[in-house]
Amino acid sequence: MSNLLPQFIQQLANGLTLGSIYALIAIGYTMVYGIIGMINFAHGEIYMIGAYIGLVTITAIGVTAGYPLPLVLGGALLVSVAVTGLYGFAVERIAYRPLRGGPRLVPLISAIGMSIFLQNYIQIGHGSRDISVPALVSGAVEFQLAGSFFDITIPYSRVMIFGATFVLMVALTLFIAYSRMGRACRACSEDMRMANLLGIDTNRVISFTFILGAMLAAVGGVLIALAIGKLSPFIGFIAGIKAFTAAVLGGIGSIPGAMLGGILLGLVETFAAAYLPAEYKDVVAFALLILILLFRPTGLLGKTNVEKV
Amino acid sequence: MTKNLLEVSNLQMRFGGLLAVDQINFSVRKNEVFSVIGPNGAGKTTVFNCISGFYKPAAGSVVLDGVHIEGLPSHAVAEKGLVRTFQNIRLFKDLTVLENLLVAQHSQIKTGLLQGLFATPSYRKAEHEALKNAAAWLHRLGLTSVANRGAGTLPYGHQRLVEIARCMITKPRLLMLDEPAAGLNPQEKIELAKLIDSLRTDFGISVLLIEHDMSLVMEVSDRILVMEYGRAIATGLPLEIQNDPRVIKAYLGEE
Amino acid sequence: MNQDSNASAASLHTTTTSISVAKGKSLRADVLGKNLKSAFVASVITIILTTPVLGLQLKMVSYKVVLEQHWMPVWLAATAVFVFQLLRPIWLVNRSAIKLPSVPDLNAHRQKAIIQALLVLGLIFPFFASRGAVDVGTIALIYIILGLGLNIVVGYAGLLDLGYVGFYAVGGYTYALLNQHFGLSFWQCLPAAALVASIFGFVLGFPVLRLRGDYLAIVTLGFGEIIRLLLNNATNVTGGPDGISGIPKPTFFGIEFARKASVEGTKTFHQILGVDYSGSHMVVFLYLVALALVTFTLFVTSRLIRMPVGRAWEALREDETACRSLALNPTKIKLSAFTLGAAIAGLGGAFFAARQGLVNPESFTFIESALILAVVVLGGMGSQLGVVLAAILLTVLPEVARGFDEYRMLIFGLVMVLMMIWRPQGLLPACRPHVELPK
Repeated sequence: MSNLLPQFIQQLANGLTLGSIYALIAIGYTMVYGIIGMINFAHGEIYMIGAYIGLVTITAIGVTAGYPLPLVLGGALLVSVAVTGLYGFAVERIAYRPLRGGPRLVPLISAIGMSIFLQNYIQIGHGSRDISVPALVSGAVEFQLAGSFFDITIPYSRVMIFGATFVLMVALTLFIAYSRMGRACRACSEDMRMANLLGIDTNRVISFTFILGAMLAAVGGVLIALAIGKLSPFIGFIAGIKAFTAAVLGGIGSIPGAMLGGILLGLVETFAAAYLPAEYKDVVAFALLILILLFRPTGLLGKTNVEKV
Repeated sequence: MTKNLLEVSNLQMRFGGLLAVDQINFSVRKNEVFSVIGPNGAGKTTVFNCISGFYKPAAGSVVLDGVHIEGLPSHAVAEKGLVRTFQNIRLFKDLTVLENLLVAQHSQIKTGLLQGLFATPSYRKAEHEALKNAAAWLHRLGLTSVANRGAGTLPYGHQRLVEIARCMITKPRLLMLDEPAAGLNPQEKIELAKLIDSLRTDFGISVLLIEHDMSLVMEVSDRILVMEYGRAIATGLPLEIQNDPRVIKAYLGEE
Repeated sequence: MNQDSNASAASLHTTTTSISVAKGKSLRADVLGKNLKSAFVASVITIILTTPVLGLQLKMVSYKVVLEQHWMPVWLAATAVFVFQLLRPIWLVNRSAIKLPSVPDLNAHRQKAIIQALLVLGLIFPFFASRGAVDVGTIALIYIILGLGLNIVVGYAGLLDLGYVGFYAVGGYTYALLNQHFGLSFWQCLPAAALVASIFGFVLGFPVLRLRGDYLAIVTLGFGEIIRLLLNNATNVTGGPDGISGIPKPTFFGIEFARKASVEGTKTFHQILGVDYSGSHMVVFLYLVALALVTFTLFVTSRLIRMPVGRAWEALREDETACRSLALNPTKIKLSAFTLGAAIAGLGGAFFAARQGLVNPESFTFIESALILAVVVLGGMGSQLGVVLAAILLTVLPEVARGFDEYRMLIFGLVMVLMMIWRPQGLLPACRPHVELPK
């Protein structure tokens, strides 16, 4: 009985960690959907690319060369964020921009093609097998009450995920609320044509949205790679669908919704995995997605829309 | 038998906190052309959408020949004999004119899957009937030559006609036209007025009309409802409406 | 009046063209200058993007992660991008001069005739081709069936179904399970597979078909994945990751194509004919069974699209609101497309199981759905002939280009993107049938 509380807190920590990753990726989906009404199917692969670039950077800097951890980690994050952001930019320019304004099916299919392309592109460069990630961040936070079963271990790598996500979420919220570009983003997601007529460079805003989403996903990718200790080119697909579920759960188009949805999905999935056979936990995410879309398609923080005829 | 084909009582529609339409009461008699007019933004299309089932009204009732239809989904309303056109022509643009008219008869063609797969005599007869109906309407509107052209390739005025024919081919009891004269040249408007009148006399239906073109409205309407800011400000005969000071104020402002 | 305006338009056009040709020579230098900058930027971006993926490749050497340097692909990519960006505007201006291979205009009658010709060709083909070729042909035929089925859902009704592979799987596993538990033969299970798949289509379609396009896509993707995961995990029923094996091949009115009969006393094909046993008998027979299924599917789908239900699908794809205003119930119409499409996938699945001899979840991943979708999209949504050609193309090309195996999926993804940019309507866009009006 006394095991229950520490186990619960342990799972809570795991759930928050997982949820943070989902939130980071989900923001990319929700921002793009909010602004151009398209599901960026390739976004999951962008997350995976971010992880790989982080690993390449870490390997390039060389773990054993004795460089201090913050430098290696910071360097990996910086490089990954920059390059992955560039990938986000490139994908939009190449595969989506030429298709804007046409029937909705067309960019979606292009996105699927892009997703397949990117996944195989990474496989050509880095192979299709799992690659291990050096454990840069070791050690954990431990709570232990002497003489009882109360024992919680939260690895620093996971704390870092939650911490980084929290900081980024706050920064993003402030940015969207108070900066010029943030205002432009909000204007474009409300009414693109009007924003254009008012002189906002909508192309730049759209590119910015893709870049920002990719950057956040990259942070998630690098950190989770460090936490889990291995990488494969296939993590993008599942993570992408789940992050999209999170975005829908929170209300597609709403950034706080993506954050909330991500955390919630992470918690639900972690607790479900604790009580269901492990293989079924993926089913939980899909089932949740279907349920939300059936019963509350606007999500938790979204607004109900009456379709104007 | 009720005298009124359509009775709208206390109709109200909200969008979020915004009260778009409130306290709308009117009725359309059998064989009548009833027009709804008013400045832009008055809520006319909203009323249309509420009646035809595209919006669910916040309050009020819509009764079609004694049957409540408020809250019913749009295809159910159409099945009860109330069809409508849209401000932006919604033809099936990539389908041919003929196909547009055939699709509209979908709910009247009662053949099943297997009958169609094996092209049974009853299936072929039903298809032939549908073709004949479509041909009749094309002939009536002088559009036989464009039967196999994509509906979207027709000039605007003809597209409007096809849209009306498409509605009529469903054998409705009430036809709702949302700004049918928009974008038509004066000659086409005269033809349209004649067409609307003939629909009433030849087919015995009632027509509910939203329109901005005053001469058209005055010519075809039996009665008129004037809306402003979501509310009704006057109802009556065309001549009465023309001289109603409230209506004049709504359109022209205070002198 | 028309002739005059045509003439003046033509002369105006000639004038403009001659002006632009004259300016063209000086424009070209100008244009080149501006392009140089953008080409340079693009190639720098390419270098940045490809370096951490192609330039520095991660390899595991005795449990350690190292980087292998491969700078050639990076330079190649950068150069290609540079040249492309440099020449692109010039190429765009002169587009009319370069005739892209245009697709011939084929009306409905010609398309039907071509399909019939292909069927006849298909019938003769296995008796003159090598065993390997017939095998590839059989795979192509499976994708034709699946493509025709998905064509109803995506091409006609306009519903983006990314989980079509789920129904394919249901068909395959239905045959496998019915055979395993009740000993039913292929031909008995075929209609059952179609029926069970259609039931799945109905049950899954019912709640989700009112969702909008992209949401529907993701939900159907989810369904496809759920089906695969359930098949993977319900080991007691479905055999889990190993699946179900030992699935018998179809017979020809009870005659098997094996070396020895499985039932004592009966004769197998080669014994009846008095020839030596050859594996190619079975291969050809399987091919012919697939061809029969394709013919059946073609017949059914051709009829469907000419029936009221087919018209309703197309109307729905065009404008759902207009449909509702004409008393067409969108949910019922979508459901009919979904269910019938699923039934066809079930047929394909049952045949697949019979040909493979086994089914496991690995054969039914999302990539399959994407592949079938590519067949429909590349072929031209709504065009039967287009689907047939695209299925053949997408099956045969990878076999022919065997050396590029590694790059197969890469090129596939790239082709999908390029097709959407270059020709989103597909190779053969559907054309409207011409109907004679009764007098």
